[in-house]
Amino acid sequence: MHAIWIALVSAGLAACSSAPSQEQSPAGVEERKPGDASGAQTQPVKPGAIARVDLTGKPQAKSPLTDPGNILSRRSIFYDYDNYEVKDHYRDLVEAHARYLRDNPRSKMLIQGNTDERGSREYNVSLGQRRSEGVKRMLLLLGAKEEQVESVSLGEEKPRAEGQNEQAWSQNRRSDILYQGEY
Amino acid sequence: MKKLLAAILLCFATGAAAQLSIEITGAGSQRIPIAIAPFAGEGALAQSLTAIVRADLERSGLFRGLEVPVLNPAPTEASNVNYAEWRARLADALVLGSVAARPDGRFEVRFKLFDTVKAADLSGVAYTLSRDQMRATAHRIADFIYEKLTGEKGVFSTRIAYVVKRGPKYELQIADADGAGEQALLVSFEPIISPAWSPDGKKLAYVSFQQKKPIVYIQDIELGKQNVVANFKGSNSAPAWAPDGSRLAVSLSREGGSQIFLVNPDGSNLRRLSQSAGIDTEPVFSPDGNHLYFTSDRGGSPQIYRMPAGGGEAQRVTFEGGYNVSPRLSPDGKLLAYIARNGGKFQVAVLDLATRQMQILTDSDKDESPSFAPNGRMILLATVNSGRGVLAAVSADGRIKQRLTLSAGDVREPAWGPFIK
Repeated sequence: MHAIWIALVSAGLAACSSAPSQEQSPAGVEERKPGDASGAQTQPVKPGAIARVDLTGKPQAKSPLTDPGNILSRRSIFYDYDNYEVKDHYRDLVEAHARYLRDNPRSKMLIQGNTDERGSREYNVSLGQRRSEGVKRMLLLLGAKEEQVESVSLGEEKPRAEGQNEQAWSQNRRSDILYQGEY
Repeated sequence: MKKLLAAILLCFATGAAAQLSIEITGAGSQRIPIAIAPFAGEGALAQSLTAIVRADLERSGLFRGLEVPVLNPAPTEASNVNYAEWRARLADALVLGSVAARPDGRFEVRFKLFDTVKAADLSGVAYTLSRDQMRATAHRIADFIYEKLTGEKGVFSTRIAYVVKRGPKYELQIADADGAGEQALLVSFEPIISPAWSPDGKKLAYVSFQQKKPIVYIQDIELGKQNVVANFKGSNSAPAWAPDGSRLAVSLSREGGSQIFLVNPDGSNLRRLSQSAGIDTEPVFSPDGNHLYFTSDRGGSPQIYRMPAGGGEAQRVTFEGGYNVSPRLSPDGKLLAYIARNGGKFQVAVLDLATRQMQILTDSDKDESPSFAPNGRMILLATVNSGRGVLAAVSADGRIKQRLTLSAGDVREPAWGPFIK
């Protein structure tokens, strides 16, 4: 089974046919062009030969990254206002992702930091960056490799929840974890 | 009310081309009453030149355009001026002019400005223009009148940039200072922020998320070519041009944290300038190029600091309040405009750097991105009105206020362009 996970991840997870999980940032999905990170390999075909596509085989095993029963499907860390401290109750989540990166050294991750809409857009880019970098630093301390993780910021530009109240804002102060193929 | 009507009339006069309309919501207490007689022969043009000149001057908040009765024959710049008659109409200043069609299909506009109080001819100008230079010519005439009567340069011929969000699309737009002639420079499904004009007005630097992360680009306005200035690991943001256009200050996270770097417009010669454990962003050069003002949370809350443009120790500039961001220097370097959180509201503040006197200029509550007009008179800003992003402008003394509304979409991230040479 383990080999399958590695194969899936290194293929960019594109073989995974399940719908994107709720926790996944919309930013990573809505703009994906057809063909992006498809992971599909084309085979040269001899003249006259017929290339066969068989879709009747066994359904592919679910990735732990998107299995709702697996902690790895949890991808978001929420913050207090103007704060980038990762709260204690996210420790299991961060540790699980660090373990995954350690066990899958070819896997790559993008962490997107987000903020609520209040204040300066540019300061919020920096604040979101601080948030994603904080998560990255924890992952590195837990054994992930520098080249596996990039932390970036979307600032206040990609709110998950529209609305000008604390309920929406608390949803938007967030770091999202995306694996290669999901962004 | 009259102002509002003038603004509405301007919209109608300019037709569908004008997307952004400007409404004056507060004017200076002492406005110069000016009579602009419709230029003789201007009926040959597609729209009234003098209506645009008058709307420009009124929008500045410093002028009050007087109704001029139909005069027969229409006076021209060559007419003998009966000063007493214009004084009786309560005009302190008078503009007379004419439009003549030339054999080559172009037009010649001549006008003169008069001081009716001193009974003096303040001189005039003649322009030759093609049909499509009508608006530009009107703005130049308004600039001439403005400068003669106020002593400072007019900004009617300048342009503004801003970002409009329409549905899922982000559009980086450029329009004339009166909102007419809007054109999209970049259209994307991903956010665009922080447009910054090059000092020569020919390029815009901005941050685009088109690659799913903030990257700094420069785009040549005329050629439409997009070049990467900074695309490093992490976030690349907050471009600001040096006054001579030779380099930009940007905020990069490539070495951890957001720190300020200098980079040449072609992306070469990158060097780190700030050294802090916290966030350093939103750099902006002082007009003399000697200093950088920027936002930093090194003291525990976001505040504005100043450091030498060659690097070195930073001094804190703002002390009042727990959130002071987005610094912008007035063109003379004397005033610092920024966004202050004031009792939960984000408002435009101005700090006199010599006297340390601070003043909140707006009464809105979600202000962002202040931007000085190149003559320093007005500050353009983004704010929210009835849940929609709009642009507004306020004079640096807080007296004159304007609201700029777009027919559809959210408007944000304004940047006032430089004087056109």
